[in-house]
Amino acid sequence: MSQAQADCVGIVIVSHSPEVARGAADMARQMAGDEAPIAWCGGDPDGGLGSDVGKIIEAIEAAWSEQGVAILVDLGGAETNSEVAIEMLDPGRAEKVRICNAPLVEGAVMAAAEASGGASLTEVVRTAEEYSPA
Amino acid sequence: MLSDLIKEVCEAVIAHEAELTALDSAIGDGDHGLNMKRGFSELLAKSDELAGQEVGAALKAAGMTLVMKVGGASGPLYGSLFMSLGKELAGKTEIDQSVIAEALAVAQAAVMARGKSQPGQKTMLDVIAPVQQKLAEGAALTDVAAAALAAAEATAPIQALKGRASFLGERSIGHVDPGARSSAVITEAACRVLERSG
Ligand SMILES: [Mg+2]
Repeated sequence: MSQAQADCVGIVIVSHSPEVARGAADMARQMAGDEAPIAWCGGDPDGGLGSDVGKIIEAIEAAWSEQGVAILVDLGGAETNSEVAIEMLDPGRAEKVRICNAPLVEGAVMAAAEASGGASLTEVVRTAEEYSPA
Repeated sequence: MLSDLIKEVCEAVIAHEAELTALDSAIGDGDHGLNMKRGFSELLAKSDELAGQEVGAALKAAGMTLVMKVGGASGPLYGSLFMSLGKELAGKTEIDQSVIAEALAVAQAAVMARGKSQPGQKTMLDVIAPVQQKLAEGAALTDVAAAALAAAEATAPIQALKGRASFLGERSIGHVDPGARSSAVITEAACRVLERSG
């Protein structure tokens, strides 16, 4: 999903809706350009609104960076299923993945902007989480 | 016996699809029936393969299937429940009611951790907790099933504090929680099979 070099923290967007996830990823990419890898997924295993652990793992792999991966989620199931997806990664990778407690779209844009500047995972997550509407 | 257990639990969940959907439509996003049907249909399709395994391994595999297939928060929650039960029961040769009660206590803790929740918040835990307690007290299995059904009904007056139903605030009052109801359906079917097989 992204040709970016993985020198920057990767961003994964997980929504119940594939359209929301793709749209948020488009907005994040506007900020991040090709610097930070960005991947998205949405929908349940049958394509309805929901979450899919397998698709979340694939998105984390697509946006993989040794600098780490920040995940933005929308509602409950997206978060719970993302937590499970992280636990199913290799332990060495799992510790480099964090879920941001931030609104999906705004958090994705803030995280991508921060990541594209070469910030650490901790800084990317903090920037997304500190976002508040002006 | 394991084969009957898996099949009857799956059939019970699938048979309640419409009711679970209606309950979730009232206070959530209306996907609980379809999500549970998707996950338990997959288990039903795999039931012979699962029943051929040792009980611990079968429960772990069942939990993993639910995690991957359900498609909502109930996937990881039921997945944690069954995987934890499997881990506790693995290698046990004498599985009596007290052993099941002890395993369910650990599984309940796993669901609480996964959902960052506790009993009293209008969730499946409001059924799992009393079921665990009844089993630990050595209650008859018919009484365990009855307690599960009553506990699900008793979620109606609670205001939801977890999940999407919590967005409704006071409007969540007066509706049975779909996750509590599906837990009761599963408990009733499991107790029926266990009772029959002694
Ligand atoms: Mg739902």
